Amino acid sequence: MAHADKSAPSNPVAAFFKIEGTAIALVFALLVILFMLTAPRAFLGYRVYMSFMANVPPPMIIALGLTLVVVAGEMDLSFPSVVAFASYVFCILYQDYNWTWLALIAALATGTVMGFINGLVVTKLGIPSLIATLAMLFLWGGLLTVISNGASLAIPQIVGDPIQVVFAGRLGPLPVQFFWALGVAVLVWMILNRHRFGESLLFIGDSLKVAKVVGIPIEREKIKLFTLMGLLSAFAGVLLTLETTTYFAQAGMGYLLIVVAAVFIGGTSIFGGSGKIVGTVFGSLIVAIIEAGLVASGVAGFWTRFYIGLVFIVSVTMNAAIEDPDKVPLLKDLRARVKRY
Amino acid sequence: MSSQATSNQATPSTPIVRLENVGKQYGKVVSLKNVTLEIGSNEIVGLIGDNGAGKSTLIKVLTGVEPPSSGTLYVRGQKIDAASYTVKEAHKLRIETVYQDSSLGEKQPLWRNFFVGRPLTNRLGFIDVKAEKRVADQIMRSTIGFRGVGISVDTPVSRLSGGERQGVAIGRAMHFDSDLIVLDEPTVALALKEVQKVLDFIRSIKAGGRSCIYIEHNIHHVHEVCDRLVVMDRGEVALDAPTSSMTYIELTDFLMSLHSRRPAAGASH
Repeated sequence: MAHADKSAPSNPVAAFFKIEGTAIALVFALLVILFMLTAPRAFLGYRVYMSFMANVPPPMIIALGLTLVVVAGEMDLSFPSVVAFASYVFCILYQDYNWTWLALIAALATGTVMGFINGLVVTKLGIPSLIATLAMLFLWGGLLTVISNGASLAIPQIVGDPIQVVFAGRLGPLPVQFFWALGVAVLVWMILNRHRFGESLLFIGDSLKVAKVVGIPIEREKIKLFTLMGLLSAFAGVLLTLETTTYFAQAGMGYLLIVVAAVFIGGTSIFGGSGKIVGTVFGSLIVAIIEAGLVASGVAGFWTRFYIGLVFIVSVTMNAAIEDPDKVPLLKDLRARVKRY
Repeated sequence: MSSQATSNQATPSTPIVRLENVGKQYGKVVSLKNVTLEIGSNEIVGLIGDNGAGKSTLIKVLTGVEPPSSGTLYVRGQKIDAASYTVKEAHKLRIETVYQDSSLGEKQPLWRNFFVGRPLTNRLGFIDVKAEKRVADQIMRSTIGFRGVGISVDTPVSRLSGGERQGVAIGRAMHFDSDLIVLDEPTVALALKEVQKVLDFIRSIKAGGRSCIYIEHNIHHVHEVCDRLVVMDRGEVALDAPTSSMTYIELTDFLMSLHSRRPAAGASH
């Protein structure tokens, strides 16, 4: 969508960019080519891509859930603790009771309940979700530290178990979890663009007043939204655990920046009311490839976060400017000056 | 679905809506005191009054946005339970509201705006987008007569003019077979040409055999299209008379007389 207006005269190009996600897919492709040039040894082989497909799914699934949250004009920062909590529940049940599928169900249920409680805190206490979920991040994280006694767990023996094969095995060289993430992406796309729940979220994010007068049950839909976010975060936690066969308390914290960045790099509006699922999928890939690509290109590892932050701020500004240039005060100012002369 | 034709089981003499001694308080602020009002079938009722006269509150109570503090509401002779009366219930009873600037989602395409709140879905809740777009297109062409000027069902509302927005909202209300359409100051902030469009939409409501409550500041517009006038003043109905019984001048004189009474009432506080 990004370049649609500029290339308006030549119709096929404009039509191409009107298809959801083509612009960001192009950005991703350009990054791959760039890193093929700067780090040929890594990026011309297939291993680095296999590694992406194994490691991107958990943050991608969380980012997909967060896209729906942002569409409704809300925010959820508590997901790192939900990821860790689900990971712990799964690990401990596997380790102590040898549960596998039941451990999965218990972990998902835990995340769902946590999300439901997040939803209650946001709607019933009326605290803005950015603050409420930041508090819940600490609350859930603290509770987990108490329950787990601060310990880490390792369950290497799960490799080869059916549940590990189904969720984190390999189809030939391809990590299975990537297909799960794509499946979640299709599902979330259908919810947002084709389901009445998604439509409610779009209108809630667009304007609460409108949502109210057209009869959308705002509170109920928001609680459902945070509950779904909890479920998806928990699923991501289980996938992470099955891939790494470990639990540690900081498991989800590393996702905080990259997940939020993936959503906004993907072109979902920070103002709510519109969201791009395909954008989020490529946003997650872009964040991952920047991290890997910079390291492989010889940029010191410490710089990667700096660059992700930079790409984050540039892409959010660009997306806001595409939506409405007057929403970026700097551009508004410049436009006003240009007009004057 | 609400579009099925269950029309007019009630006899023509039964009003569509009847408010009986309805009161509404927000904390200590009394917005409505003992309002009794009827809206009959196929009439356009103009609702006039200053800001704070209670017009908006009256509409909110009538359309299920807020419950009344006291009094009773009847729809087609049936007593309504205030506790379970919501916007959705009002829709089911074929009462629709078009708010001045909060009826349409700005970033959403027209087809979503037509069906939001009651989409055409399958049993799992998935929306039949093709059917919605087809119907929305029909409404745009026939009911509200949008032609050309680059507006399609995929156009987001933010690209429409103020008059076109009112047209979309009114077209939506008519599609869902409402008997009573409430318009909350639809011509505020519109250019003159646009205002004429909206007044035509209002006439088409009556031509379609439905009723309308038209809230308006501009007395001239009200006098032009309405069958009956209701003037609200400080939470009460100050006048309820057929438009034909008053000339435009008499109406303005009456409204001025309300103003001159006001300072006296204010001084006693």
